[in-house]
Amino acid sequence: MNRNTQKWYDKPVTKIILITIAFTWIFPVFGFVLSSFRPGEAIKRESWWDAIYTGKLWTELTLANYSEIFFADNLDRSFYNSFAVTIPSTIIPITIAAFAAYAFAFMEFRGKEPLFLLVVASMIIPLQMSLIPLVQLFKSGVEVFGLPIIPALDINGTFVATWFAHSGFGLPLATFLLRDFMMSLPRSVIESAKIDGASNMTTFFKLVLPLSVAGIAAFATFQFLWVYNDFLVANVFLGVYKPENLVVTSHVSQLAVGAYGEAWHLRTSGAIISMIVPLTVFFSLQRFFIRGLIGGAVKG
Amino acid sequence: MGAININNVGKIYPNGTRALEDVNIEINDGEFVVLVGPSGCGKTTLLRMVAGLEDITEGEISIADKVVNEIAPKDRDIAMVFQNYALYPHMSVYDNMAFSLKLRKLPKDEIDQKVKDAAKTLEIDELLERKPKALSGGQRQRVAMGRAIVRNPQAFLMDEPLSNLDAKLRVQMRAELGQLHSQLETTTLYVTHDQVEAMTMGDRVAVIRKGVLQQIDTPREIYLYPKNIFVAGFIGSPAMNFVYADIKTSAKGTTLIFGNDKISAKDAPEALKEYEGKEIVLGIRPEAFEDSVYANKKEFTEEINIDVSLLEQLGSDTYIHFFKDIKPVQTEAIEEILADEGEDISVLGTQTKFIARINPNATIEEGQNINLAIDPTKLHYFDPETGMAIT
Repeated sequence: MNRNTQKWYDKPVTKIILITIAFTWIFPVFGFVLSSFRPGEAIKRESWWDAIYTGKLWTELTLANYSEIFFADNLDRSFYNSFAVTIPSTIIPITIAAFAAYAFAFMEFRGKEPLFLLVVASMIIPLQMSLIPLVQLFKSGVEVFGLPIIPALDINGTFVATWFAHSGFGLPLATFLLRDFMMSLPRSVIESAKIDGASNMTTFFKLVLPLSVAGIAAFATFQFLWVYNDFLVANVFLGVYKPENLVVTSHVSQLAVGAYGEAWHLRTSGAIISMIVPLTVFFSLQRFFIRGLIGGAVKG
Repeated sequence: MGAININNVGKIYPNGTRALEDVNIEINDGEFVVLVGPSGCGKTTLLRMVAGLEDITEGEISIADKVVNEIAPKDRDIAMVFQNYALYPHMSVYDNMAFSLKLRKLPKDEIDQKVKDAAKTLEIDELLERKPKALSGGQRQRVAMGRAIVRNPQAFLMDEPLSNLDAKLRVQMRAELGQLHSQLETTTLYVTHDQVEAMTMGDRVAVIRKGVLQQIDTPREIYLYPKNIFVAGFIGSPAMNFVYADIKTSAKGTTLIFGNDKISAKDAPEALKEYEGKEIVLGIRPEAFEDSVYANKKEFTEEINIDVSLLEQLGSDTYIHFFKDIKPVQTEAIEEILADEGEDISVLGTQTKFIARINPNATIEEGQNINLAIDPTKLHYFDPETGMAIT
């Protein structure tokens, strides 16, 4: 290959660096996976690399951890809970953000720029800071001058609370990403629809929405993974002490520190089981995901 | 179908940039008017203002005798064809064409009829089920046209519709568009950057420069009687030759002196006498020259002596390039035309360059010294200060 046409990632030095990074990343995951197949006592007695060295590893491999979690520990209920949190928390912000993004991208209205800035700025609010005010809001609502602006719904501990919270935290990024995606659609196509007689609603539903599928799928993947992997928001709004409300992430963490003490073998296998869902989502939406990210770079 | 009236229209962008100034164009019912000019001259802006995609800052635009300044694009009853076709990528060709009709809530069978008729006219009836992605550039162009004609609108607005096609296809589509227009007779406003398109397609051509309408007339009038140096230099390929010339009037007539050459003007405008003793810009089209051997002496009555520096034989024509040791004409207009071709004023050098079109049978070699005949009735005279034609 000609030296000039060689890409930066084809150079031996970069290859070595990249392989090192990849190895560093995979190494603990590899150990993690191995541990999930080893009995609890074995993990505590001997590190997995020693076990490989002594050759004991091959004799002690077992599926017992997995069966214990699957059958003994109510994990199916947690999966069910996780979906009950994640699916609405993905759909709600996308629906709202798609409309908002269309308005920001294609409509002219007073205060559009400052409003959009506000949306972008709200991305930098750390969600940890808003947890306590949100809990208060969900509990006792808002009263201004004696008027109940938001009623005291007392929805803490219900799934609706997590939907509200996750939707709120996801909305700014969703609006930002979708607006960017929509603005990368060829402008003349939208103008053409305008001349053809389409109202904003028609343009949105018939043109912009179908053409934004890639962007929507990309954000849906982000949001789904983030909500599914989330631990903090679910624990705050659903509560840790009601076992029937546990989501997968909370459940797995409890396996290690709760009733089981240092149950590493269960923790690892539980984590791997919980990874199945995000991996499935990622790989099934990957096609859109990658197209969504580069979607703006290529002229439609 | 309707006429389009553009009255004293101006455009100032919110950031203060002026894109158009006091443009007046009346497009008659069924007329094909071409807006032509260099990139960034405001021609597309004007078209978009007619379409309703840009606000009208000053003046008034009316379509079919209805002022449309405050009317939304969808209610102006016009159809637009975009440079990049702007097809709806997720819809089939049929749905692309039916889109506007469906929005108008026409009955299904009527839509079907109209789409199929339009498809037949454009010879795309085989492609109705395909998606735009599966079409060639020329086919996409036809679909874009089809989407416009199914609506039978008051007017077509076309924004450089052929510029994305390759040269051969462009020539073909140009002819087809012309044919289509004579068949449908819909008022058309057509924006192009290509002066050949402008000349061949337009009933009338409007030349725009820096947001100001320079001249609007039939292609023939524009070519024969350009109002200023810009129009003269922009329209015509190869471009008109410009040279500084001194005027000397005597009882016998007017003599033009450039470099060592003297030619006597024929049918020169009266106003030229006022430039006695002064310098003017003389414009000579390439075809106003002829090899003196082949020249018809009745028309080509004057002669100059030149050294051929470059010979271009195209078969049907022969172009010869030659230089005269005269300071090249540098005006803003010429600078702008050069800039539009991606050149700048430095290409002019220190000598005036001429291109002459001569009889292809002439046996001439590069470097040869020959006599070139000139038809003095085909000369153009411009004021060097204002750039306006002296008439």
